[in-house]
Amino acid sequence: MTESSIIRITGPVVEADRMRGAQMYEVVFVGEDELIGEIIGLYNDTATIQVYEDTTGITPGEPVKRSTMPLSVELGPGLLEMIYDGIQRPLTELGDLSGDFIVRGVSAPALSREKKFLFTPSLSEGDEISGGAVIGSVPETKQILHTILLAPDLSGTVERIAGEGEYTVDETILWLKDDTGKVQKITMLQRWPVRVPRPIQSKLPAIRPLITGQRVIDSFFPMVQGGTAAVPGPFGAGKTVVQHQLAKWCDADIIVYVGCGERGNEMADVLRQFPSLVDPKTKEPLMKRTVLIGNTSNMPVAAREASVYTGITIAEYYRDMGYSVALMADSTSRWAEAMREISGRLEEMPGEHGYPAYLGSRLADFYERAGRVKTLSGEEGSISVIGAVSPPGGDFSEPVTQNTLRIVRVFWALDADLAHQRHFPAVNWLLSYSLYSDLVAPWWEKHGGSEWGTMRSDLLALLQKENELEEIVQLVGPDLLPEEDKFTLNVAAILRESFLVQSAFDPVDTFCPPEKQYRMMTLIHRYYRLGRHAVGEGMTAAEIQQLPVTARLSRLGPIPHEEFDSLYPKICEEMNSAFPGGDA
Amino acid sequence: MPPLREFQSVVRVAGPILAVSGIDDAGYNEVVKVLLPDGTVRTGQVLESRKGMAIVMVFGGTRDLDCDITAVRFTGRPMTMPVSKEMLGRIFSGSADPIDGGGSVVPEKEMEISGYAINPTKREFPQDSIETGISAIDGMNTLVQGQKLPVFSGSGLPHSFLAAQITRQARVRGTDESFAVVFAAMGITHEEARFFVEEFSETGARAHAVIFLNRADDPAIERIVTPRLALTAAEYLAFDLGMHVLVVMQDITAYCEALREVSAAREEIPARRGYPGYMYTDLASLYERAGRVKGRPGSITQLSILSMPDDDITHPVPDLTGYITEGQIVLSRELHRKGIYPPIDVLPCLSRLMQGGIGEGRTRPDHANVSSQLYAAYARGRRLAGLVAVIGDEGLTDVDRLYLTFLDRFEHEFVGQKRDEGRSFDETLDRAWDLLSIFPQDELKRIDPKYIKEHYRGGTG
Repeated sequence: MTESSIIRITGPVVEADRMRGAQMYEVVFVGEDELIGEIIGLYNDTATIQVYEDTTGITPGEPVKRSTMPLSVELGPGLLEMIYDGIQRPLTELGDLSGDFIVRGVSAPALSREKKFLFTPSLSEGDEISGGAVIGSVPETKQILHTILLAPDLSGTVERIAGEGEYTVDETILWLKDDTGKVQKITMLQRWPVRVPRPIQSKLPAIRPLITGQRVIDSFFPMVQGGTAAVPGPFGAGKTVVQHQLAKWCDADIIVYVGCGERGNEMADVLRQFPSLVDPKTKEPLMKRTVLIGNTSNMPVAAREASVYTGITIAEYYRDMGYSVALMADSTSRWAEAMREISGRLEEMPGEHGYPAYLGSRLADFYERAGRVKTLSGEEGSISVIGAVSPPGGDFSEPVTQNTLRIVRVFWALDADLAHQRHFPAVNWLLSYSLYSDLVAPWWEKHGGSEWGTMRSDLLALLQKENELEEIVQLVGPDLLPEEDKFTLNVAAILRESFLVQSAFDPVDTFCPPEKQYRMMTLIHRYYRLGRHAVGEGMTAAEIQQLPVTARLSRLGPIPHEEFDSLYPKICEEMNSAFPGGDA
Repeated sequence: MPPLREFQSVVRVAGPILAVSGIDDAGYNEVVKVLLPDGTVRTGQVLESRKGMAIVMVFGGTRDLDCDITAVRFTGRPMTMPVSKEMLGRIFSGSADPIDGGGSVVPEKEMEISGYAINPTKREFPQDSIETGISAIDGMNTLVQGQKLPVFSGSGLPHSFLAAQITRQARVRGTDESFAVVFAAMGITHEEARFFVEEFSETGARAHAVIFLNRADDPAIERIVTPRLALTAAEYLAFDLGMHVLVVMQDITAYCEALREVSAAREEIPARRGYPGYMYTDLASLYERAGRVKGRPGSITQLSILSMPDDDITHPVPDLTGYITEGQIVLSRELHRKGIYPPIDVLPCLSRLMQGGIGEGRTRPDHANVSSQLYAAYARGRRLAGLVAVIGDEGLTDVDRLYLTFLDRFEHEFVGQKRDEGRSFDETLDRAWDLLSIFPQDELKRIDPKYIKEHYRGGTG
């Protein structure tokens, strides 16, 4: 075979000749330093390659080696608690090898080859198995039982299976005889190409909410396990804090957090906090259920493009074991920009705002990998995807936001004005929506109470009404409003300040259990109902504002949950006696 | 990379870009020396390399180049700079040549100017706040060592005074230790450059400052290297020598324009307003060089200044910057017209690292609550002021009027301060309590009652 060599270099894009036989998306090693790259274009025997590391110093004439493999990730026990870059290089291990800064040409295996895991087989000799079958299991952490599954593309008869014991990920645990009689050695480690979705039996409709402990999300714009959501907002509106809050508190079994082109200090913050924070569901450190992908904005742009695929493939792997997985991608705009940058270097004809014409289909392909599914082994698993979007200038009409909105079912619009008032989470209640609210109503009625749907729509209508009244106030002043409308404005303020505002930094308020959310909603809703009745009976809005029970309704969030439970009936009673007709 | 090669085969010159034929092995990002017919030498860098051709960007511009005599020497090295402790107190050009009349610096080390990304697992999360002495920053947008916090300004606004005041007053919290300053000027006027140099000299800050000057009439393309040189010097001081370094870069907009010029000359497909699609990545390669590294004592804090064309915060330069930096300080023309210095409009300002740097054991336990309450009160005051402008103040309640009083006093007494006035964290927070105490206690919804008890000075109502 004649050796391929580089003929052109421009930034992260390299062309090589004598590449006949190479395939699209095949991994290659570029130059003397063997930088990792991927083929993204072919023309006769010339290949265009995007390189995942800095290409400084590479010259034409240097060799290019083929791997004959597509870009893949390593899957197996030991993924949890890891932090990877966009192409699954383990950052902690890279740090041990090359020091505080990331240098070129250094690599380490994604999964440790030394660490041993306790494997318990669940097959016996002679069993006929096909792709996705359960081979055995490994207790990866206290809470997560890691099921070892046969790779989806294999099948055959069990010739021999390893006994219970400790094995590394590259030791053979299964000898599988295929149709032709050839025996294949199977390890706990498998590789899967990142751009190919892992196969499933079928997609199932979502049924359960993804509880996040964030009031504006759970109660007003709910997300489901297996759903898709987008969080767009200008800089400073709190996208990253929302994503962090979801990664910390949502009730998924596994979290995959993709920091795609974001800030290094933010990744450092996640790494600092997650090991010490406790999962409210399992009481284990949050890190024990988390896989981090950190490709910060100054790390190579091509690896940023790959990072979301690396993340979703790992998410699919855990989904296939029957877990509910939540993936946060912060930010999908940086991923789209990486696509644009590579596309520009390829001199492709641009679509809107310079983005490639295939932007919409790439986004759709990615979000479609979410969902609740029946896996090959018959389990039910799900992937929920929450993507942050960073629209230039906060303008939601730009292509990435618009293409995302065509696919996702939940839209949490973050608002600069709210952020300026330090109203966090700055979810704009007039713009945001969730198409899952009817779907989760039965769950809420079971776990909260039967009034959930009514209260939710009443309170959303209240906020809508506030918006209309504010416009009138802008014209005529607050004085001329009828008492009923004045009272409406007061209640809306309580709803905003007490219920919608939620401090991510307050140790109690950072996570609000659904029962408490329901009760807080009940209190405000009842106050609204009784107060309106009282206004009808002749009470003024100012008089109601002076009632001690009004002051009670502010600052409910930071009250410790147990204290709140005992306070709740008291406030209810107070309210009943404060208003005429309150016991009705 | 191969060793020194020289070619006398320039085939095309366009804007700041030239093409050299006949070379098969130019390295990507390799440094070249361009030898002009009159003997002068300019530095350049390879932007694209292919068999038989290299595309080179020339930092000094392409004036006087020709296609016959001009020679291009490929050095076989990426761009490096010599660094040394002796750089402190010196002034360099935008290409790191000494311009203060002193001799050249004896290097202790050669460093690649493009730098390497800090491994995120090796980053220390920045939590040590900096006392800048400016209330609007310390009280509401606290700066933290290792943070990158740009100042969004406009032409004619006093950003230079503010930057100079911060560099003069900034102290590592709890100590009297000041910062080493690295100042990178990109496309600023001679007058502004002189202001900084004099300011540093007068206050004695010059002895621990390294200054790089690319002025408005210096070659525009040089601006692409100037910030990288400055950050390389800063990394040496911070991570090799363990100093706390404050990097001031002005003006990022001029830098981005140089980037656009190169991109346009290469006929690349532009993104917004003609700026290249990779500008986010490129800016990140500058801004992300701020931070702290585990186990190393020093820190790099960035305070970049950028002028927003037409005060438009959605312009690509401030917009992409805001998405990379950890917040922003925004100057307002309206406050400036009212005569308030520093004219910081706190509402669009943000410090993302503030939460970790304030509170018990760092600044004061009531800090977070006070800041949040100031924001809520000021936002409400501004909304009411807008309302009054339309419908007059007849319909206002007594509480509403308090918010209007607060608005005015906040702008003058809290935001406003003298150019030589440095306030400690305690002074800033006490001043905030003076203002908040004009409200009845139950208006202070964002403050924990225990802090109200401790600090509130108003009546009981």
